[in-house]
Amino acid sequence: MITIASLKKGQRGIIKEFSVDVVPLKLLEMGCLPGNEVALVQTAPFQDPLYLNINGSHLAIRKETAAQIRIEIIENE
Amino acid sequence: MAKQFNVALIGNPNTGKTSVFNQLTGLNQQVGNYPGITVEKKQGVCKLARGVKAHILDLPGTYSLNASSLDENVVIELLLNKNDKDFPEVAVVITDVENLKRNLLLFTQIKDLGIPTILAVNMADRMKRKAISLDIELLEERLETKIALISSRKNEGFDYLKELITNYKTLSVKPCLNASVIAPEYFDRLRKAFPNQDLYKLWLVITQDVNFGKLDRQEMSSVASFKTESISNLKRLQQKETIARYQFINGVLKETLTIDTANAKDLRSRLDRVLMHKVWGYVIFIAILMLIFQAIFDWSSYPMDLIDSTFASFGEWTKNNMPAGDFTNLIAEGIIPGLGGIVIFIPQIAFLFLFISILEESGYMSRVVFLMDRVMRRFGLSGKSVVPLIAGTACAIPAIMATRNIENWKERLITILVTPFTTCSARLPVYLIIIALVIPDQRVLGIFSLQALTLMFLYLLGFGAAIFSAYLLDKVLKIKSKTFFVVEMPNYKLPLFKNVAITVIEKTKSFVVGAGKIILAISIILWVLASYGPGNFNKASEIVQKQEIANNLTQVELDQKIASFKLENSYIGHIGKAIEPAVRPLGYDWKIGIALVSSFAAREVFVGTLATIYSVGSDEEETIKNRMAAEINPANGKPLFNFASGVSLLLFYAFAMQCMSTLAIVKRETNSWKWPMWQLFVMSAIAYVVALGAYQFLK
Repeated sequence: MITIASLKKGQRGIIKEFSVDVVPLKLLEMGCLPGNEVALVQTAPFQDPLYLNINGSHLAIRKETAAQIRIEIIENE
Repeated sequence: MAKQFNVALIGNPNTGKTSVFNQLTGLNQQVGNYPGITVEKKQGVCKLARGVKAHILDLPGTYSLNASSLDENVVIELLLNKNDKDFPEVAVVITDVENLKRNLLLFTQIKDLGIPTILAVNMADRMKRKAISLDIELLEERLETKIALISSRKNEGFDYLKELITNYKTLSVKPCLNASVIAPEYFDRLRKAFPNQDLYKLWLVITQDVNFGKLDRQEMSSVASFKTESISNLKRLQQKETIARYQFINGVLKETLTIDTANAKDLRSRLDRVLMHKVWGYVIFIAILMLIFQAIFDWSSYPMDLIDSTFASFGEWTKNNMPAGDFTNLIAEGIIPGLGGIVIFIPQIAFLFLFISILEESGYMSRVVFLMDRVMRRFGLSGKSVVPLIAGTACAIPAIMATRNIENWKERLITILVTPFTTCSARLPVYLIIIALVIPDQRVLGIFSLQALTLMFLYLLGFGAAIFSAYLLDKVLKIKSKTFFVVEMPNYKLPLFKNVAITVIEKTKSFVVGAGKIILAISIILWVLASYGPGNFNKASEIVQKQEIANNLTQVELDQKIASFKLENSYIGHIGKAIEPAVRPLGYDWKIGIALVSSFAAREVFVGTLATIYSVGSDEEETIKNRMAAEINPANGKPLFNFASGVSLLLFYAFAMQCMSTLAIVKRETNSWKWPMWQLFVMSAIAYVVALGAYQFLK
């Protein structure tokens, strides 16, 4: 399964459907919603947490949460 | 005076809401608490045109009207309760022009409540540099509102904002989108069950239970015919609602907002690269911590010495210039030394809050959270625990309040439980004075002062104890809670002097007033207990004269003997003697025992207590330190504060849970007496054992 956790630094993706039960509402309110774009800005040392740009907002989440959110990676032309 | 109307400032965190509040009210503001909870309530008065005044309430920052914390809940409870005396006639939603998309989510929710709402777009001064342009007219039309472009940094746009506030009655109260489309059938049933209620309000009341569960649902349950949905279905609906709102916002902004992304290469990425570097990031963080400690230990020692000696001479002056008697003695021997014990903290507290507020205002604190999360998680904590642990070096009370944004309950509880181990500023005077007495003023390797190293060791010990006990608690506590962690990474900002200054003044003031009341009360009680006594106390001079008749003492020596006899036979002397068996194995006498016991109210009382006990009956002008150095242990004729007893005291204070206010806060934040009692007994038991071991070993 390709999720936000599979992104490499600088890569972008489009968020797909995910289960609301495992993802906090707060994250949705910050713009993490199906159809929106997500980019990995940077990872912290030890590859966790992840610093993301979701729908224009900069935020950090842990890898385990990121691994719950399916995405489709945008291939660079 | 005409009735002021209420204005509520609402907005996401990091939108500069507090700066706007400061601009609107100037220094004309007061900070208090919401009744019964420790959420800060900031309110002030803003002068509008033609002598009209508005009462401005700065509500806690929130990302939406779906509360996930106590702070956020305050916002919802107020906005849903028309009868609240603070219920706003008009709401001003503050947004950051660079985060408009996310900030507008909350705006659309407020609009749906039917409250007249103004949209204030803050940080407008950045638009040019970031190549952002906004079609205000169209945006006003789409959002059914009036918009003020403001910049609290440059103080621009506030006249227009005030004008909009003055004319709030002309604002539209139409919602800008219809939330009921997410589940038409469900909302239809709602409407039928409660025909007189605002639909969106009903929806909020129902869903708050999902997230928080504090709102009163009496009205809802009174209508038996209405069947609500399961929690996970409601959550799904909330998600749908959020999606619907974002769809609307994305559509509106597509028409009205343009950002020239070519210009978007900015400060953020450049600073992030350095500040969050896997090596430099930590180096910089440690350097900043060292700077903070340097300020607290070193820079603040100058004003502190000054305060100490000023209070000593002030007490003496009072004694010489007021009519002799009990009242003068109470002031000179009880109140003034007691007060001195609080005022002496001001420089340190101010420095600490200065640094913390600069770190938070600049956006750096979020980076620290990000950097430290993985490390802290190993100990059962969260990256967000770093902020409380740092703030704990000032005072555990604001630190424990700062744990509120830790979403995971287990991580939050552990943070609350271990934060009191960090060396708070109340321990500092105890440390400083004892270190000065028992650690030689020497240098190691010619550079490092031995005393400073000892102090640093005590800080590390505090952090070490916090981290280690967190690790144990993580293993022991069986609490299941969903882990989630969302941190906004705000833009870097140059801290505004005005904001920092107001924070420092407010926090210092509330610390001094809060601690001051306790210390003042205790020093008065102590003075009374030390100045009166039963039986032999009142015949002190006769008894001593009789005892010493053969020794041919001078008048001065005799007076001293009488004074110490009096103290030993005063009420406090009797209490102290009763405690003595428990503290003697730690190397303390009964006076230290009294100071130790009174320290359970607040640690900083220690110095004040000894100052009060030692100054009763003494006429000389002396600093607290010299008085302590002069104390002799009657058992062996050596100084009472020697290396062994000093180390034992230092360790006792490092571990013991001696702060009533912290216990009270922990009770409020964990909603049970179980955890504060756990802290009180476990921490103090550790302290006793460690101090006992140290004294017996070093003696």
